[in-house]
Amino acid sequence: MTHTPVFRRLPGPDREKVVLTVDGHPIEALKGDSVAAAVLAAGVVSTRTTPVSGSARAPYCLMGVCFECLMDIDGEPNSQACMTLVRDGMVVRSQAGERLPAGQPRGGA
Amino acid sequence: MTNGRTSDIVVIGGGLIGTAVAFGLRERGLDTVLLDEGDVALRAARGNFGLVWLQSKGAGLREYTSWTRKAVDAWPGFASKLRDVTGIDVRYRRPGGYHLCLSDAERDKRAAMVARIRPGQPHDARTVMLERDELKARLPFIGPSVVGGSYNPLDGDCNSLALFRALHEAYSVRSGDYRPGQAVRRLLRGKGVYGAETAEGTWWAPKVVIAAGLGLVDLGRQIGVGPVVHPQQGQIIVTERVKPFLDVPISQIRQTPDGTLLVGDNSGGETYETPTSLSVMHHLANRAVRMIPELSDIRIVRSWVALRVLSKDGAPVYQEAPDWPGVFFFTAHSSVTLAPMHVTELSRWVADGAIDEEARAFSTARFS
Repeated sequence: MTHTPVFRRLPGPDREKVVLTVDGHPIEALKGDSVAAAVLAAGVVSTRTTPVSGSARAPYCLMGVCFECLMDIDGEPNSQACMTLVRDGMVVRSQAGERLPAGQPRGGA
Repeated sequence: MTNGRTSDIVVIGGGLIGTAVAFGLRERGLDTVLLDEGDVALRAARGNFGLVWLQSKGAGLREYTSWTRKAVDAWPGFASKLRDVTGIDVRYRRPGGYHLCLSDAERDKRAAMVARIRPGQPHDARTVMLERDELKARLPFIGPSVVGGSYNPLDGDCNSLALFRALHEAYSVRSGDYRPGQAVRRLLRGKGVYGAETAEGTWWAPKVVIAAGLGLVDLGRQIGVGPVVHPQQGQIIVTERVKPFLDVPISQIRQTPDGTLLVGDNSGGETYETPTSLSVMHHLANRAVRMIPELSDIRIVRSWVALRVLSKDGAPVYQEAPDWPGVFFFTAHSSVTLAPMHVTELSRWVADGAIDEEARAFSTARFS
């Protein structure tokens, strides 16, 4: 779910461009971005739904504490998007509810 | 020293026991002041595992078994009452509960404990030992290291943080006077009243309930009561949320209805320190994975140490101070399981002097 980005990038030193896919759509990010920063800059509004109430969630604290930014990153569910740096070719998916236990098909969505 | 007033009863301690008793006293219409040290307190209520547990209670004291049984019987009504009064669902469930053993030695030790408790248990609430095959049939996810375990059909669990909040909310709904930030330094004797002195003032009442957890060590000394409780570290691991697959509580591992797994299986040192330990986490995680191999790739997101409040035999202590009549002290390791009894029976005792016959067994006389 993307919209016109709420956030805009501040000027800074030039960084290498990378492309990742988020829920199947390619987005452009800069090397050194966290996945959370990259998806927010690209206008992604919600990155998961919580298993507690089912409501939509998005990155919040951006420092590894609140666990609101959980996404499926390269097949690894419940990854903290704010603590993971982007990589060219990375495959990111938003997550619906809980992950499954081991031995069951991966991916929350 | 500007704060403080006179009421019917002062309750010292805003944890699970103090709040339960204070709520019960408000249900009886008594003017109650609840003094809470606040979030700086050691607060065992915040570290609880959330079991509502019968199967291991009473090895040291027979009456602990029947007292716990009464509590477990009262739990369904207690949970719905809390929901009615506060709107909070404490997520109580009673599907039966297990304890898993990872070696023959562990199994033998468990079986010996179960045998000690068994004579005191009514026939419909017996703890039974189960062999590996029987366990595997009931809990297909257990690993090859599990050699056996114990089971009781009346065991269950709840969200203990929701319980803690619901008791505070219930006390508030019943217009209870709650005073945070009130660490009690001294107990005073006045004319027909006792005083609980804090940095802000003195709170007077003819009756005082000390439900201060490990704070009882210092307050007890002031009223002529020797050390009744000691601390014991317990560490818990909390994992990321996983789609619920464990719908019965195991004493060492349980999954909340929201998907979080709690792992807690250790008894640490007798100290007032609460640092988490990586080696204990490793020990807990290793045992948990041997019990349920599916846990192997589940992430740990938090770990904490809290201090259990233990008496010499592990059973509750309910006592009126011999030299300070009207001053009661209550402490228990199982203040989640026993919460319904604390709300009804302990508050009746404090309010009317009508002690439950069974509760007499929990006096400090048993230690002398």
